[in-house]
Amino acid sequence: MIRDYFRVLIVDLASGKGKVAYVPGRDEVAGGSGLGALLFTKYGKADRPWDDPEQPVIFAIGPLTGYFPLMSKTVAAFKSPYHDQYAESHAGGRSALALRFADLDALVLTGQAPRPSAVVVGSRYLELKEVHYLWGIDVQESGKLLRRMFHGSGHRSILRIGPAGEQKNAMAGINADTYRHFGRLGGGAALGAKNIKAVVIIGDGSFPLMESKDYPKLFEAVYQKLTATDMMQKYHNLGTPGNVAVLNELKAMPWRNLQATTDLNVHGITGESFAETALLRNAACAGCPVGCIHIGFSREKFQADYRYFYRQVSYDHEPIFATGSMLGVTNCFAVLDIIDVVEQMGLDVMSAGVALAWATEALEKGVVTEKETLLPLKFGQHHAYQEAVRHLAYGVNDFYRLLGQGTLKAAAHYGGGDFACVLGQEMAGYATGEVYFASQALGLRHSHLDSAGYAYDQKHEDKEVEKAVDFLVADEASRAFLTSMVACLFARGIYTEELLAECLKAVGYGPLADSIDAVSRNIQKLRWQARLSTGFNPANVSIPKRFTEVTTWKGQVDGEFLAGLKNAYGRSILQLAREEDRQG
Amino acid sequence: MKILITPRMERCIGCHSCSLACARLVHQRLSWDMAGIRIASSGGLSTGFEARTCLACTQAPCAAACPTGAYSQRRGGGVIVRKNICIRCGECARACPVDAIYLDPTGDPFVCLHCGKCVPYCPHDCLEMKEVGGGSPAEKAEASEVAA
Repeated sequence: MIRDYFRVLIVDLASGKGKVAYVPGRDEVAGGSGLGALLFTKYGKADRPWDDPEQPVIFAIGPLTGYFPLMSKTVAAFKSPYHDQYAESHAGGRSALALRFADLDALVLTGQAPRPSAVVVGSRYLELKEVHYLWGIDVQESGKLLRRMFHGSGHRSILRIGPAGEQKNAMAGINADTYRHFGRLGGGAALGAKNIKAVVIIGDGSFPLMESKDYPKLFEAVYQKLTATDMMQKYHNLGTPGNVAVLNELKAMPWRNLQATTDLNVHGITGESFAETALLRNAACAGCPVGCIHIGFSREKFQADYRYFYRQVSYDHEPIFATGSMLGVTNCFAVLDIIDVVEQMGLDVMSAGVALAWATEALEKGVVTEKETLLPLKFGQHHAYQEAVRHLAYGVNDFYRLLGQGTLKAAAHYGGGDFACVLGQEMAGYATGEVYFASQALGLRHSHLDSAGYAYDQKHEDKEVEKAVDFLVADEASRAFLTSMVACLFARGIYTEELLAECLKAVGYGPLADSIDAVSRNIQKLRWQARLSTGFNPANVSIPKRFTEVTTWKGQVDGEFLAGLKNAYGRSILQLAREEDRQG
Repeated sequence: MKILITPRMERCIGCHSCSLACARLVHQRLSWDMAGIRIASSGGLSTGFEARTCLACTQAPCAAACPTGAYSQRRGGGVIVRKNICIRCGECARACPVDAIYLDPTGDPFVCLHCGKCVPYCPHDCLEMKEVGGGSPAEKAEASEVAA
């Protein structure tokens, strides 16, 4: 539905009652990332801790969601249990279109349910259903039960948490429709703290389209670009795992807790190896014809006489990095076995893998003992990692409980901070060099997708701090607008500013189309203001020594250049939040 | 005459492009319900997807159930629907054995017209228009008029 305001459903989980709010600001913040920050500013409590019942958990979509292909993601915004600051996490799946057809620009959950519950919303539906019997049940099994409990098959989204979220583990993600995730920064714990096991969004509404022929014509043109050209080929062919061999060749793939950036044994976990031996099929987010989701299988022999069961497990570059190269595991089925447990537990795979990589090196170096790890963790030994993932999710002892709050928190207690691969949060699978390290360490989401620092590293040999920081700031603004639409960032090469303006105009958002640049900068400013109001200070971010010990294809990382980038980018961030003239 | 068939649904990735195209191009709606083809996961995402669409019956139960004659048998299979004489009773949807007819909250029925506009939007070639013969020029013209 096209409207110059936001239609937001605010559900008070304490009472189970909701109210529809009409929030102005479409032409200033657009939706998605911008709307998340706006709603956090309105409903969040910056000075209270993340698990204060009044803190909101926000799910927001954008003005183009459902109207154009690949406008298929949802932004979750919340105060993070990981750093107790404002956070965003994005997911595909069906939730974006389900919210669109539930006629909601955003869903805001506040308060705390008195007992474990599921929130169910639709265009003509709201229910807080008590589900104490689902508490403790893993992500896969709870998904099956939830599908049976609620109607709307195919046109609904089921978001749910696993045991990690219930335990308020800061690495707990929110599973979105089985194969996608609001993975990072502890969204699962944010729901767990509210006693919310699941959010079911039923997309049961429909809207009339504008009479003009411009919209279907433009849709057709965009669709053709996305499917008939090779621009998206890398995403549906090998998918993101195609990066594994490329980064390994470039000496930019983190191995064994970033002790190396390349390894000859990579062949067992390349995108090609997965595709040829473990790929079952592809799947897509609703509204995206690309189908980048790659689903492999994990099978287990549970009895003699070749009695097996199997599970379908989605894989991407990041999970392969986190449970493969980072843990020294070089067989694709062993990687899928670990990912499978991570999925059941409802952990963020990147955080969990990197945390266990640190634990392995810490054990190797005698920083911790098996008394803490409970298992003889050793790079390459995947069975121990499967068990360790469960220990991490449940927080079975003080060590795993602390590790689940963040690797640096465990390192602060036990030692080993120098080799903790943490850049704001556990690193993503790119060891491309200084610009990327600074970008993830300080980026708003601490994500490799905040800005293209990893690509900058690959294209630039120079060490000009100002030039690199200018790039990061400008690229972040442009991505902040895309994630306010809310586009999948895989389509960033197609959705140029000009095309976005055309799309917005075609569906009736003329004023927004005419002010993309100003709105981008306004969103960027608003997000940083939300983050700073909750205590973020770039000066407090440290980049562990391990990142300066890395050798990439450009040689050893230059610690001085990295420090210069971090300081300059930090200053720019503070400036971004302050600038008076950055108004939409 | 051609009918829409779904011979390769095992390839479906659940993108809903077909439903969205039907709603957009045939019914001028943004919807994944108000469409002649709807996609549902068959027993959860892990077992793939199924298409809910008209199987082009040659003795359509929906047409037989329609009390006003708004539904009539289409030669070659399927039905022709005249919405201006439909009373929104929902008997068509109840009569369809494969749940191919969607009723919106006002009771307005949406069923496949076998026009084929969804077919090019399927990225995995799950859908196909199949020639089944029959259909006079007048009937073809009528079908396209109803579709528009």
